[in-house]
Amino acid sequence: MAGTKTPPGTAENGPDRVAGGPSSRPTGPTSRRRARTRATTSPARMAALLVSPTLLVLSIVVLYPTLMALQESLYGTKGLDPKTGFIRTSEPFVGLRNYTDILGPAGDRFWNAFWNTSFFTVVTVGAETVIGVAMALIMHRAFRGRALARAGILVPWAVPTAISALLWRWIFNSNGIANAVIGHQILWTTEGFHAKVAVIVAEVWKTAPFIGLLVLAGLQVIPKEVYEAARIDGASAPRQFWHITLPLVKPALLVAVLFRCLDALRMFDLPYILVGAQKNSVETLSMLAQNEASNVRFGPASAYAMLLFLYVFLIALAFVRLLGADLVGGAARGGESRRRRRRMTVPRRAEVTA
Amino acid sequence: MKTKTSRAMGCSALLAAAGLLLSACGSSGDGGSGQTGSTSFQGRGPITYAAGKDATGVTPKVIARWNELHPKEKVTYIQLPTDADSQRQQMIQNAETKSDAYTVLSLDVVWTSEFAAHQWIDRLPENQFPLQKMLKPVVETARYRGGLYAAPASSDGGLLYYRTDLMDKAGITAPPTTWSEMTNDCAQVKKKVPAAKGMSCYAGQLQKYEGLTVNFAEAVNSAGGVVTDANGKPDVDTPAARKGLDFLAGSVKDGTIPKEALTYQEEDGRQAFQAGKVMFLRNWPYMYSLAEKSPVAGKFAVAPLPGLDGPGSSSLGGHNLALSSFAKNKATALDFMKFFSSEDSATTFLKDASLAPAYADLYNTPSLVGKYPYLPVLKQSILHAVPRPRVVAYGDVTSAIQQEAYAVLTGTKSSAQALKDLQSDLQKATAQ
Amino acid sequence: MTLMTKWRNRLLYVGVVAVVAYCLAPFYWMLVSSLRRTSDIFDTSLFPRRVSLENYRAVFDPSQGFPRALLNSLVVAGVTTVLALLLATFTAYAMARLEFRFKRLVLTLIIATSMFPVVSIVVPLLKLFTDIGWINTYQAMIVPSMSFALPLAVWNLTTFFRQMPDELEHAAMVDGCTRGQAFRKIIVPLAAPGIFTTAIITFIAAWNEFLIALSMTNQPGMQTAPVAISKFSGASQFETPFGSQMAAGVLVTVPLVVMVLLFQRRIVAGLTAGAAK
Repeated sequence: MAGTKTPPGTAENGPDRVAGGPSSRPTGPTSRRRARTRATTSPARMAALLVSPTLLVLSIVVLYPTLMALQESLYGTKGLDPKTGFIRTSEPFVGLRNYTDILGPAGDRFWNAFWNTSFFTVVTVGAETVIGVAMALIMHRAFRGRALARAGILVPWAVPTAISALLWRWIFNSNGIANAVIGHQILWTTEGFHAKVAVIVAEVWKTAPFIGLLVLAGLQVIPKEVYEAARIDGASAPRQFWHITLPLVKPALLVAVLFRCLDALRMFDLPYILVGAQKNSVETLSMLAQNEASNVRFGPASAYAMLLFLYVFLIALAFVRLLGADLVGGAARGGESRRRRRRMTVPRRAEVTA
Repeated sequence: MKTKTSRAMGCSALLAAAGLLLSACGSSGDGGSGQTGSTSFQGRGPITYAAGKDATGVTPKVIARWNELHPKEKVTYIQLPTDADSQRQQMIQNAETKSDAYTVLSLDVVWTSEFAAHQWIDRLPENQFPLQKMLKPVVETARYRGGLYAAPASSDGGLLYYRTDLMDKAGITAPPTTWSEMTNDCAQVKKKVPAAKGMSCYAGQLQKYEGLTVNFAEAVNSAGGVVTDANGKPDVDTPAARKGLDFLAGSVKDGTIPKEALTYQEEDGRQAFQAGKVMFLRNWPYMYSLAEKSPVAGKFAVAPLPGLDGPGSSSLGGHNLALSSFAKNKATALDFMKFFSSEDSATTFLKDASLAPAYADLYNTPSLVGKYPYLPVLKQSILHAVPRPRVVAYGDVTSAIQQEAYAVLTGTKSSAQALKDLQSDLQKATAQ
Repeated sequence: MTLMTKWRNRLLYVGVVAVVAYCLAPFYWMLVSSLRRTSDIFDTSLFPRRVSLENYRAVFDPSQGFPRALLNSLVVAGVTTVLALLLATFTAYAMARLEFRFKRLVLTLIIATSMFPVVSIVVPLLKLFTDIGWINTYQAMIVPSMSFALPLAVWNLTTFFRQMPDELEHAAMVDGCTRGQAFRKIIVPLAAPGIFTTAIITFIAAWNEFLIALSMTNQPGMQTAPVAISKFSGASQFETPFGSQMAAGVLVTVPLVVMVLLFQRRIVAGLTAGAAK
């Protein structure tokens, strides 16, 4: 992304304002303004109308359970009554202790899971981005059998995670094909760095096509004329890539990367099935939360889930803030990038009307 | 369903009435939570049976037989995932939501204490089940604090699989009964039989999962130690326990157990044995009929697990039937549990699904022994078996065991330190 | 010049082959494993020693109810995709084309909600659905699936809509189209690759959902394919039916690939339709 030139106006206005009303919006050319005033009497009301169904559904399926989890996270584990031998029926209220515990000695496991999760996210998403973009670039070219090849690259993403984890466990078996190929017996599923490698290889294989597919779709909506213009200007292929392709697919790529990041942060099935539960080398935050819940400690489990949620939320927020202009656009966004795109679409329109 | 609960009729009414009389001595709790004594088992009508899917198809057959006899109290089989952790998770979810979706639960033997202590399952009337005909260690797995909380349905014990052909060639006639005999036998075979040169001596289930807990507990018990004592208190930081753990760790270190066995679960070990890679293997009886169809068919036999100074002791596997506290139609449920855990049903399960029964005399039935030659050995194995720790927080206990045992096996911790740490972890987990 | 293009083409094909091989090699292993006999399952040869369909027969054994599970998966994933796309189209349009307050917050909230660990929402949802009698219904699987499908669709569609030049839309409105018509006739066809891509991705995500589908159903007739696969078992609890799991994996993946192939035509069609306008 180093080559992407962010217009100065965007950099200034982009990240901060949450929103500015329609009035603060930079004025466009007159034709656009006329259309605007005619078509939208009240954009805010219309937006509310259009957005509310989504928010309603999400609040039912996510907000409600999240609030339940938040409440749960303030309670401790039910104790055993030594007299009757039964677990007490009520959970003690412990306030924030489930959260503060991670700072104490009991937090070792949490921090190990935290670093594993972060490590997996950075490495896998990094590798997926490179491989995914490469896939998209190759698949974007015209060649015979393109449709088949495209369907082919989607196969890894289409295999259910649990099944692909089983498949990779088989591949990484001590007498499996992976060891046969490298001609050396590595015990992939034992503790150690190699277990991390196994998870990364499997995860990248499975999800690089996700990025590839989204970038490919982004490539497809770039008007051909843009490239033609560039070729006439004598731009070399790498220059075209850095200065035309990448900036134009950036929004699609960023969304793909963001979703991959957030998804990688909650990675669960793959290390759980491929390497196994309670392996320190690959234990992620989701696995830790699941482990606590499965040992009927719903309070700490919910606390871990809330912390993971917070982590995810902060990263999502950082993405939206840092890359706001390209990702979100909207009111705070400088007119610059729109204008930039408009410049590009001009030849296209000319051609269309011609 | 509600209309049917009051109607306690049907062909088995007589039996059921007896059951009600005998068990209705305690409170009148209608199946909600909170009852401490025995429960009255009331209500008749359709119920469900929640268990992992049975690929042999015997469970549906036995249920169909019940449904034929009790058309008004039909049992629906709710198939849970194959994976034990998923089964437990579904059952706990069911209990947490106080749902009546599951009536009778098929519990892994190690879950009994946890489910009983949380009052997710009801205490059962002992006189309703022929416990005296069952193997004692098996019945123990169904108890919590002296009360019976489950009906033993099937059992399982570890066996030592060994290669008779190689032993014969080396002139060894009897299977080893101690660890040192086993390593000696292995050395003898390797010396005398050229084909056995590249073989490893021994393997078990040493991957970091429940199987490691089983193998660790067996090693400790076979050396005369305990993980938890008779009262459920941890007592693992002992010289005996250390000898057990040192056997496993030392064997990995000197190559008696191959390094790759650290990744073995049951199936990996079976594969290695069938491919002629290991001479002695600890595994469950399920492997017997599969190995009979493999290249080592007719070249192997089973023996009780070896120990430090004499025969060792196995851990116990198997499943028990428990009654969900939140269920309806508990009178039907109790009848069904009696039916499902009866000697008749156990015979069917042994014959058609090769599930080890809880009933002692089935192990000596000639026709069954003809079909499953390992039965007498298995009986010995189960009779000398020690259940895995019966504690409420079994999940914590088993993960602590796996953590420490695995560290020792991979050479990152000394056995002395590991057992010391384990003792304190177990004390924490059992104190609660 | 021709020589160079020739070389370029060759290079392209090498690249294509490399990419396809990378993606398909593990899948090939899955296929090969599914065709081995149970007794050969540990082999590492590149071809099955003897091709056997026993694993596929096991998958289609009537007791597994696999065809029914595939159908259930199709219903759940299909309805989820259609609903998510419908709702998301409205929302994404507002995000891409309208100015309003709290837009950024709304977008952040939408994505953040999709990321709450499923393990933590399943128990509250189970309680809720038990209370309203939704256990063993399609909606009990569809509605929770919206939690990850909807944000994915909203975000993707927003970026694709925003890539469309506003001028076309505005020109259409000048020509007398309403905003809705302009959207339907201009933006949607132009954004077709994005919409179909989003549909594919949403569909696959919903198709592969496991934990919710497992928790919300307890009747064999209602289970989805991943749930059915999790219930495959060997003759004993220790035996992993690896072969039939792999066979089922192949069977679950193939319909998706076929669907992608079909959609691909639409993607291309959408492109040319847009260009013709």
